[in-house]
Amino acid sequence: MLELIQQPWPWYVAGIFIGLTVPTLLIVGNKSFGISSNLRHICAACIPGNVKFFQYDWKKEIWNWFFAAGIVLGGFIAMNFLANPDAIQVADATKSNLREAGVTDFTNLLPADIFSWDSLLSLRGFFFMIVGGFLVGFGTRYAGGCTSGHAIMGLSTLQWPSLVATICFMIGGFVSAWFIVPFLLGL
Amino acid sequence: MKNAENTDMRHTDAVCVNEEQVKHPWWDNLKYLIVGIVFGITFVKAEIVSWFRIQEMFQLTSFHMYGVIGTAVVVGAISIQIIKRFNIKTLYGEEIVINKKEFNKGQIYGGLMFGIGWAITGACPGPLFAHIGAGFTVIGVTFLSAVAGTWVYGYLRDKLPH
Repeated sequence: MLELIQQPWPWYVAGIFIGLTVPTLLIVGNKSFGISSNLRHICAACIPGNVKFFQYDWKKEIWNWFFAAGIVLGGFIAMNFLANPDAIQVADATKSNLREAGVTDFTNLLPADIFSWDSLLSLRGFFFMIVGGFLVGFGTRYAGGCTSGHAIMGLSTLQWPSLVATICFMIGGFVSAWFIVPFLLGL
Repeated sequence: MKNAENTDMRHTDAVCVNEEQVKHPWWDNLKYLIVGIVFGITFVKAEIVSWFRIQEMFQLTSFHMYGVIGTAVVVGAISIQIIKRFNIKTLYGEEIVINKKEFNKGQIYGGLMFGIGWAITGACPGPLFAHIGAGFTVIGVTFLSAVAGTWVYGYLRDKLPH
């Protein structure tokens, strides 16, 4: 059994687990599945300033932090107790594309040659870790949600604005992966 | 099941809004921690939080991420239909509320920006949490940068097209 769990899980298993998060959160406490709002609640709790967007009762949203803390713990458990002994799966075509662009580490979830403390202050590291993170935070809030809130919760509840958002996520991602990421890798 | 109206600032552009009226002690929130743990394990074990998976998705070299998101949407949608059809209530007997999302141009501009950031970092907000837990401490910096991005959005909000 443990051996089975240690294998990388196939997409349909992951999809079922993630999909079931939607009704689970609704049934256990009437919560709409979403993760990026956590960032807003952190702003509201710690650095609201005079910004109207952060003036609300964030204490009502504490559940969202518990959920996020669970994701951190889940990441820890999976990595330390359920780890797959082999290198992660990467499609051959993507491997050769990235190798051409200068990526050398294909063993772990994040390539160590880009995402590490050592490269944080290089120009390349600055773009991948800091500018990238900024775009994720700014963009998700501007769009009103991320992959969980729009692509999964929003599409599951058949809301067309979420379809628009999801299509835009994908367009941005395609442009980025084909043109911006290769450029940044060359820095 | 009913659709919530936007009534206060908390609802603006938020997707996860607490509509529950029942008062709970703090430890009641531990149930969300448990859901989060299962979710986080899934993230790492299916390698959804792999930067390479995100590159594969956008380079169209693997079906994996499309399979994950597609299955999740189908399972989510079927679950919502079951909740509606059988008028399933929460554990506390409350009616289940789905927030209606209003369209605004932010979903286009913000969506494009997030998409660009998604391919660069290989992570949406959920995986950032999983990365930190999985031991990639440097992603804490990416996370803080995402918080900063959210703050700057809030600050500029009135000046941005919506």
